[in-house]
Amino acid sequence: MAGLPEKDLVDTGGISGMIAPRPFVIRRIERDTADTFTLRLKSGSDRNGLHFEPGQFNMLYVFGVGEVPLSISGDPAKPQFLVHTTRVVGPVTGALHRLKTGDMVGIRGPFGKGWPVDEAEGNDIVVIAGGIGLAPLRPALYHLLAHRKKYGRIVLLYGARTPADILYRRELEKWRARFDLEVEVTVDRGDESWWGNVGVVTTLVPRSPFDPLNAVALICGPEVMMRFAVMALRKKGMNIDDIYVSMERNMKCGVGLCGHCQFGPKFVCKNGPVFSYETLKNLFNKREI
Amino acid sequence: MSMQTLKPYLAEHPFLQGMAERHIELLVGCASNVRFDEGQYIFREGDEANEFYFIRHGKLALEVFRPHKGGIVVQTLKAGDVVGWSWLIPPYFRHFDCRAVELTRAIVLDGTCMREKCNEDYQLGYEIMKRFAHVMEDELLALRLQLLDIYGGTT
Repeated sequence: MAGLPEKDLVDTGGISGMIAPRPFVIRRIERDTADTFTLRLKSGSDRNGLHFEPGQFNMLYVFGVGEVPLSISGDPAKPQFLVHTTRVVGPVTGALHRLKTGDMVGIRGPFGKGWPVDEAEGNDIVVIAGGIGLAPLRPALYHLLAHRKKYGRIVLLYGARTPADILYRRELEKWRARFDLEVEVTVDRGDESWWGNVGVVTTLVPRSPFDPLNAVALICGPEVMMRFAVMALRKKGMNIDDIYVSMERNMKCGVGLCGHCQFGPKFVCKNGPVFSYETLKNLFNKREI
Repeated sequence: MSMQTLKPYLAEHPFLQGMAERHIELLVGCASNVRFDEGQYIFREGDEANEFYFIRHGKLALEVFRPHKGGIVVQTLKAGDVVGWSWLIPPYFRHFDCRAVELTRAIVLDGTCMREKCNEDYQLGYEIMKRFAHVMEDELLALRLQLLDIYGGTT
């Protein structure tokens, strides 16, 4: 492991935390929407749980099936419970979906570089999430709200496909009721029950109440959405180096060794998954990578 | 509210930001203040398009009517948005229904009056066309993203 910086070894609980999965027990399963669910896990071996930074991810191992990278979606101030939200998209997430309370999974991590919540202090924060992209941003929101006085205006813009696909609906309603957080939700397709916004999430940016010259943007969602969100933010006057995106690639080892998640000269698992858009601007539209 | 008092409201609307004062004054002559109650229809598909609206407060929904199923909302618009550009393009008919989702206040501009003023003052006409071109571009981009159904396949 000569190539690994010492910091990585410390942050991930040493070599065992990076290479060998640690056992976690499923304490609760929440069915968020028709195809997404949230697992609340507790360490089977470490009473202190798993400390992480908002935006980091873990490798979840379903024994006998395989591993999948999942962003951590819980509260970083409550490391005793590990929370992951995912959608059923393949054999491993399908197997995760079939697990029950009391079942065990293996965890490696936490990996990667998270949202710049400390560097962003003193600025307005605009959080833009699309679909299940709200999950990796939720720990950042917990952090921002726990340290509310350190930030200017905080705006959450969230887009989902339909009203039934809205993630963390109860939490969004609670956040919306706060006086110190601006929450706007929009759907691509409304229905009879929906009285909110209809249109893609990028349409919320122009009228959003933040100061573009003193704001930091945190974006997570499908890459197409992120590209258009960056365009909308730049049109509003934001600096490109104040915009951060969370990338998704085929993470395998989690520590930048195997190369599966290589994105140009970067490894998403190690240099990301959160990147300043400034560092990615020349890669984002490259169709070959 | 007298016609003249609408000038500051027009001048502060995002659609007209940076527009020359003399052009704003021309717009004031075609403008009046309106209010729509929740559920009220502002226009219907097929109606003549002789107005457009600067929303000051509230929310409007553009809908397409489906037989036996009612209206489906394709876009919502709120404070700072401009509603309606069919008044610019012959034969000046509406393509959607427009309904107030909540109590909405707006400034309505008479399209016939505006067309006359734009024909008399080409600089005003060009300014208005440029600004509506931005609105059309934004709406076209948003529509294309909506068509992609981008949230379908992500993890």
